Amino acid sequence: MRNGRLLSLYAVVAYSLLHVPLVVLSVFSFNASRTTRWEGFTLDWYRAAFQDSQLLEGTANSLWIAVAATVLSTVIGTLCSYGLWKRGSGWISGSLYLSMVTPEVVMGVALLALFQWMFRFLHLQLGMHTVILAHVMFSIAYVVTVVSARLRTFDATLEEAAMDLGATEWQAFLRVTLPQLWPAIVSAGLLAFITSFDDYVITSLVAGVDSETLPMVIYAMARKGFSPAINAVSTLIVMSLGFLILISDRLERRS
Amino acid sequence: MKRIRALFLMPSAVLLGVFFAVPLIIIASYSLLTRGPYGGVAQPWTMENYLRLADPLYFTILLRSLVWAVAATLICIVMGVPLALFISRTGKRRNLYLALIVIPFWTSFLVRTYAWMFLLRDTGLINSGLLWLGVIQEPLPLLYNAFAVMLGLVTGYLPFLVLPVYATLERIDKSLVEAAADLGSRPLSTMFRVVIPLAMPGIRAGGVLVFVSCLGAYLTPDLMGGGKTIMIGNLIQNQFTSSRDWPFGAALSLLMMVAVTLMLLPVLRRKEEGLS
Repeated sequence: MRNGRLLSLYAVVAYSLLHVPLVVLSVFSFNASRTTRWEGFTLDWYRAAFQDSQLLEGTANSLWIAVAATVLSTVIGTLCSYGLWKRGSGWISGSLYLSMVTPEVVMGVALLALFQWMFRFLHLQLGMHTVILAHVMFSIAYVVTVVSARLRTFDATLEEAAMDLGATEWQAFLRVTLPQLWPAIVSAGLLAFITSFDDYVITSLVAGVDSETLPMVIYAMARKGFSPAINAVSTLIVMSLGFLILISDRLERRS
Repeated sequence: MKRIRALFLMPSAVLLGVFFAVPLIIIASYSLLTRGPYGGVAQPWTMENYLRLADPLYFTILLRSLVWAVAATLICIVMGVPLALFISRTGKRRNLYLALIVIPFWTSFLVRTYAWMFLLRDTGLINSGLLWLGVIQEPLPLLYNAFAVMLGLVTGYLPFLVLPVYATLERIDKSLVEAAADLGSRPLSTMFRVVIPLAMPGIRAGGVLVFVSCLGAYLTPDLMGGGKTIMIGNLIQNQFTSSRDWPFGAALSLLMMVAVTLMLLPVLRRKEEGLS
């Protein structure tokens, strides 16, 4: 019994380490003063954040990149999971796993080297498109992980039954399997969106002058010093990403 | 049947080939070239970049990255196993406790790092609180040092350990624990002699994930360490940006890639056995 209480006490400490910094950060985004002394409630920092052209442009870029990368990686990843479910491929699942654990810095510089090498032959520059391609690349592994987990519990005889009843393979996929996969696909898409919206390391290496994302703006601001406006933006990011991750988690559990 | 499968796998195979395999091949070949006059790469082929890894200046950084990654992994194990144990015993509310681990893990590493900086800085809540209480006369140097980096790494990657350990704890046959108790084993000794040995696969898998992530860390040492080139990730980034020594950066990247792959091979193999 005493051990149990000790364990609970420890859990409080451990959970605090994960959550207290974020709570403090958001509380002080409502502080009227720039310092850590509480001088009253204000929404001024949110107003300031919404009027900051760099932050607005960064958010627009991040959203556009995340939406494009999510759509592409979710489609490609879902197809891939289905193909792997039909018959595994050690090469593809091995590379997907490796892509997931490759340090971000390494993946970033490798993609930078690739793009610079390609640009010798193509008249292109680093920009939104290179960021989107990089994001699609690293999100696919997440999509495949989530969708494959769902397929593992999917009854293969359902498709066979459909085909016995005269459906083609393609029809069996579209009308029997795919509808069953929707919750998992949406959950996977949300994860892809979050990882894309949030990425700093790879993005900063393959972004061009016209494609500064929100994390890049925040990084630059954090490097310069502390401003309650960063707290405000960070609070909004944590709230919205936290909300998305909750939905994704629900969907994954349900499927 | 075969044709349609190939069609489904084609897009991801092409994508992985062009944007994952080819970049790594380019990095591997750049690592054997010489730094060009304007920062690119040039002939002749050389082993120079790998020999430079032994230079004390760089070797210190490699060694430090290794030591810090090992230390952060051990701390994560010591902190994460009891936490996973706690969650596995919470009964009905375990989904809530799991969510409280998962949510910060997925919400912005950058924001979490900034949150720590905000808390630890000279005028942050901890220092101003201690000053106000009169415990200290001058702000403690909490940020921009090894302590801060370690704190950032441990809290950043703790979920990587907790989740797999929790998963193995869930699968442990409860009657084994009861049998140990029936045979007179005390709770603490049951813990160390029955539960933890059975949770070893999870601890190993989680430990490898934490170690690999810490070895490749970039943001934490960069922001919380104060921007000095202190870990291998920062060194690599530096070679590709301000130092413009791509061949040396490529050699470092390849070294890291090899280290990560070697560490993960056992985990990967077990995973494939599990799948087939």
